[in-house]
Amino acid sequence: MSNNRRIVPIGPFHPLQEEPEFFKLIVEGEKVVDIEINIGYNHRGHEFISPSLTYDQVPFLVERICGICSNSHPLAFVLAVEDAAHIEVPERAQYLRSVVHELERVHSHLLWLGLAGHFIGYNTVWMWAWRYREPILDLFEIITGNRNHYAMNKIGGVRRDINPGQFPEIEKVLNLAEQKISMLTHAVLDDPVLHARLENVGILPKEKAISYGVLGPTARASGYAIDVRKDDPHCAYDKIDWNMIVLEEGDIFAKAKVRLLECFESIKIIRQCIKQLPEGPIQARVDDIPPGEGCGRTEAPRGEVFHYVRSDGTNKPIRHKVRAPSFMNLPSNEYAVKGYSIADAALCLAAIDPCYCCTERMAAFEDGKEIYNGKQLLELSWQKTEILKSKYRK
Amino acid sequence: MKIAFWFLVFPGFLFTAIVGMLLTWVDRKVTARIHWRIGPPWYQPFADFFKLLAKETMIPAGTPKFIFLLAPMLGVIAMTIIAVMLFAMNFMPDKSFVGDLIVLIYLLALPPLGLILGGSASKNPLSAVGASREMTLYFAYELPFLAAILIAVIKTGGQIRIGEMVAFQQLYGPILYSFSGVIAMLISLFAMQAKLGYVPFDIAEAEQEIMAGPLLEYSGVALAMFKLTKAMMFFILPCFLITIFWGGLASRWAIPKLLLLVVLVILLKNTNPRLRIDQALKFFWIGLVPFAIVGIILAFYNL
Repeated sequence: MSNNRRIVPIGPFHPLQEEPEFFKLIVEGEKVVDIEINIGYNHRGHEFISPSLTYDQVPFLVERICGICSNSHPLAFVLAVEDAAHIEVPERAQYLRSVVHELERVHSHLLWLGLAGHFIGYNTVWMWAWRYREPILDLFEIITGNRNHYAMNKIGGVRRDINPGQFPEIEKVLNLAEQKISMLTHAVLDDPVLHARLENVGILPKEKAISYGVLGPTARASGYAIDVRKDDPHCAYDKIDWNMIVLEEGDIFAKAKVRLLECFESIKIIRQCIKQLPEGPIQARVDDIPPGEGCGRTEAPRGEVFHYVRSDGTNKPIRHKVRAPSFMNLPSNEYAVKGYSIADAALCLAAIDPCYCCTERMAAFEDGKEIYNGKQLLELSWQKTEILKSKYRK
Repeated sequence: MKIAFWFLVFPGFLFTAIVGMLLTWVDRKVTARIHWRIGPPWYQPFADFFKLLAKETMIPAGTPKFIFLLAPMLGVIAMTIIAVMLFAMNFMPDKSFVGDLIVLIYLLALPPLGLILGGSASKNPLSAVGASREMTLYFAYELPFLAAILIAVIKTGGQIRIGEMVAFQQLYGPILYSFSGVIAMLISLFAMQAKLGYVPFDIAEAEQEIMAGPLLEYSGVALAMFKLTKAMMFFILPCFLITIFWGGLASRWAIPKLLLLVVLVILLKNTNPRLRIDQALKFFWIGLVPFAIVGIILAFYNL
């Protein structure tokens, strides 16, 4: 390392992001010349716990992988199990799944908008975005009974129905949300200072987006038109008229714009779902899960969530694999951050809407060397449990 | 004895500190209302300050102790002296207080200097980045700020004694009420925002990027002194602008004027994202300096 290079650490504990992660920015003055991304500070053990639970219990577990996409993970899991067991989900349940899934996208994008405002020092946007996110959380409570961790999905259908008495309330909240999000969108898109800060910064060109395999809004802002809802229609997404938002620029501004415009598409989807909601049961009868394997993919707010489940015919999965979108999006920072200043790098790292609690269940690396792999982390965790146990045994 | 009272109690350290902290509360409360929050009670800045006083002051290993601890004091001392000078010159212009504009301008440079010193002495890469940003920012805003002050000097016919500038304005009306005066005031408002280190110019302390920059390694009393400097500046800088451009403090309109400037600062702070340091430099040098030159030319023609 030459003399004028210095290391600016972002993480493992940093006001920029709430979760433990480590970005080692190697800078010359203010310019970032290299970056090293280390994740793996937080071992969650979901894939280990999952095979010890029954199929009915696992959705509650995977729901807690992430507090923000707490519909995407259970949805992807039940889709995987339904794929393995060839279960036909009633149509009404599919529409209800779409409603909750899109509501989640609206609240997640608003959350990101608020955080992005905070990261750029614009706390007014932060507070306002989160204020207008509140009615959506209340709507979740009306529909599912919970503000977060909705517990909506179960294998073969959904747990709760929407009754026609709730429609006016839903419509009211959607109208309010649409109005306020459009106000925020105009405020963001018309602000000259935001243009100056975000445009042509952290550009991820399309070919790089494809080679890094980025997902979700991060990909769509780079002109890479992928969306599981279109590519592999599940729930009610193929029966509904909506557009995929794709922008070509690939900079931070485009990423913000994609997310904001997606909120309107989501509201459109929810409106149509409510309007077209067919009559019928909301869950199918599921007797047993035959041996086999299944994959579930769904478009979480941050990109594609992938769950793989293998069954041996018992009431518990024998293997459950989770792949969260941030795991794919994070490495793209390697390209996007280089050459910009520290101030831009901080924004760039946040622009992919990273969610480490989803991502973290991997091996720990430092300076490219493996420190712990999954098994060693497990052993570490067992040792700790033993230590605690022996401490309290006396 | 009287001098000691002036410096320590009124209008020096104690008075400025208390009013400054109350204005900080105004800032926090108005900001909170803009954010749809309730905001803290009026004594919150005092509670924060006394809490910090009770905390341990950590000095990182290997830092030059003297400079590290001197840095936070510079700003407080400078602000105390400025407060005494400003009030003496406003309320007792006939007493020949040795205080002209140039002394004030130098004293106003001390708080950023304290930040730069402290940040460089902290031996932390993030503090060093913050210190270098503070230095750049200082050079960025000081040029248009000096030009704006020059407008006032030209308008008053070459006076650099503040007492005589105030007397001039009491005779012929405030400098603000002219084209060049408005330009000077606008430029000074932006410079004040940058001097205070508020959004959009909180680049040196950007917590999300470099974790409070120069203040990163400070804790306890030393950090409290930095916070106090900022609170005092929040009172002194608008007073300084009113003295130079807006007819002086010895008037019953002084307090509404002060509050108006403070609210302007707060609004600017809450309706803008943070700029990047190169953008701030461009804003001040390429955006405001030509503007200031126009103001100077107008001032020569007494407009």
